[in-house]
Amino acid sequence: MSDSIKKSSPAADAWHVLKQSKSAMLGLIIIVFLFLLALGGKLILPHDPYIGSMAENFQPPSAAHWMGTDELGRDILSRIIDGTRISLRVGIVSVLAALVVGTALGATAAYYGKRVDMIIMRFMDMMLAIPDILLAIAIMAALGPGIDKAIIAISFVTIPQYARIVRGCVLSVKESDYIAAARLVGNKDWRIIARHILPNVASAIIVRSTLGISSAILDAAALGFLGLGVQPPYAEWGTMLGSGRLYIFNAPYIVVFPGLAITITVLAFNLFGDGLRDALDPKGKIR
Amino acid sequence: MRKYITKRLIMLVPVLLGVSIIVFAVMRAFTADPAASILGQHATSAQIAELRNKLGLNDPIYVQYWNYFKGMIRGDLGTSLFTQTKVTDELLGRFPATAELAISAIIFASIFGVLVGVISAVKKNTALDYAGMFGALIGVSIPIFWLGIMLIILFGVILGWLPVSGRLDILMTPPKITGFLLIDTLITGNIDMFFDALAHLVLPTVALGMYSTAIIARMTRSSVLETLQQDYIRTAWAKGLAEKAVVIRHALRNALIPVATVIGLQLGSLLGGAVLTETVFAWPGIGKYTVDAITKSDYPVVQGAVLLVAFIFVTVNLVVDVLYAFLDPRIKYS
Repeated sequence: MSDSIKKSSPAADAWHVLKQSKSAMLGLIIIVFLFLLALGGKLILPHDPYIGSMAENFQPPSAAHWMGTDELGRDILSRIIDGTRISLRVGIVSVLAALVVGTALGATAAYYGKRVDMIIMRFMDMMLAIPDILLAIAIMAALGPGIDKAIIAISFVTIPQYARIVRGCVLSVKESDYIAAARLVGNKDWRIIARHILPNVASAIIVRSTLGISSAILDAAALGFLGLGVQPPYAEWGTMLGSGRLYIFNAPYIVVFPGLAITITVLAFNLFGDGLRDALDPKGKIR
Repeated sequence: MRKYITKRLIMLVPVLLGVSIIVFAVMRAFTADPAASILGQHATSAQIAELRNKLGLNDPIYVQYWNYFKGMIRGDLGTSLFTQTKVTDELLGRFPATAELAISAIIFASIFGVLVGVISAVKKNTALDYAGMFGALIGVSIPIFWLGIMLIILFGVILGWLPVSGRLDILMTPPKITGFLLIDTLITGNIDMFFDALAHLVLPTVALGMYSTAIIARMTRSSVLETLQQDYIRTAWAKGLAEKAVVIRHALRNALIPVATVIGLQLGSLLGGAVLTETVFAWPGIGKYTVDAITKSDYPVVQGAVLLVAFIFVTVNLVVDVLYAFLDPRIKYS
């Protein structure tokens, strides 16, 4: 009894709930697997993902090429393994960037209130008035294609989501007694926000970010598909779909596997994110 | 109520103004020299400078915005750099195609989403519920454009049941009344053409509507579950009413109020998804037009299209908020 009391911390409690959820665990296992692929995939690549031979192009799945070869004779399985790195990078980096900026804006707006709040949040409302993918497309059209630019575009358009969540959470804890106490003992504003307010809104942010990774991966794939994101020859899954689309009538397997890879990855983050939400933030369940 | 609507309409103005500034700034701050891209690789720098002057690209950015703004309030979104046609005309000409697709997708998503959600809630924790919710999870995880391609491969290439590109058989000439093919063909009594247009609409509708179907199903399930726990539902059961009557007459009516909001919000986001769906299915709407314009860096077109979609998005959200008040008399607006 005393042991369990000692061990109990918010993180341990959440893990305990999370462990019960089979679907969240399935999501986590897939995510871990994807990370291993992204980090060590190079060691197990069956073929070179960027060099193929034209003599071997458009081969359907076989023992030598499990997922077939593409229009340039490159091994699709190797390209999908290599693409894991790119998709995870885009998903995670863009969420982190949006999170940092969004948290700063949302916390500032809520903490200072009044005009600061109004200016920041009206700006966020304006951004929310443009569908995400459309604004990302417009930014990519302006910036030009590339993986780093895709990250910039996706993080920029998702900033308002984080700003809103953080603002709401900060507003709800701002008036607590412990914040008044922290102020009384002479803490500076930024210190109060960073040390006392943000840790209390962490669970909502973690949940949103996990689900955010899945939508960032989807958006990146969409940009790649439209030819605006990561450029060939890089094996980004959306880009592979975009260039493979021309051959769906005679070689449909070229587009089947990259799409499957996107769906499974996004599904894994959604499964894990839903589980996290149930464990950390039960109130947020009905969105 | 009237006061609330007026207030919301007035608030639209700064939002749209802000959106136009954001879009204008994004397009102008980063776009490569449009004059250079129109003239191509062989242009001399003198030719480029002359065109820049002609397009007003040498003016300070706020002067450029002011000129754009003056046009915008007259409904003039500028001229395409490549076809020299009015962007407003091009967009309005293509709007019915996009609207027809989006409306069709939201109807599909509402019907199937609510159906799956209600079944899942009523049959909670059964195989049916798990199947429905797993399907919904796939629905939010699958990329629209890939789903579209898979539908084309399955129903177009392998089975050959449905057409996979465009709005109508290329040999048919559609009547031009409203631009909505289903309506126009019905008005003119052209039944063959009506069914052809309907067949063309099926796959894009499913591809575009799948994400919304999933969101609506999840929302409906949790909303119905919550409603089923209310006291008045227990009373309804206690009165000895049949399950059908309890669920449909008592629970569903109240459970659907939050679902209605989600449906409204989805209609807005469908406009974003339409860009991808239209590209996959060669659907001649605003989305495809925009993507084509991007590849040519035709920025007045991109700018105009994004503005138009934002305008529709904001207006739809306003309409949803107002409808909400009619659905739920408990909500008071001031």
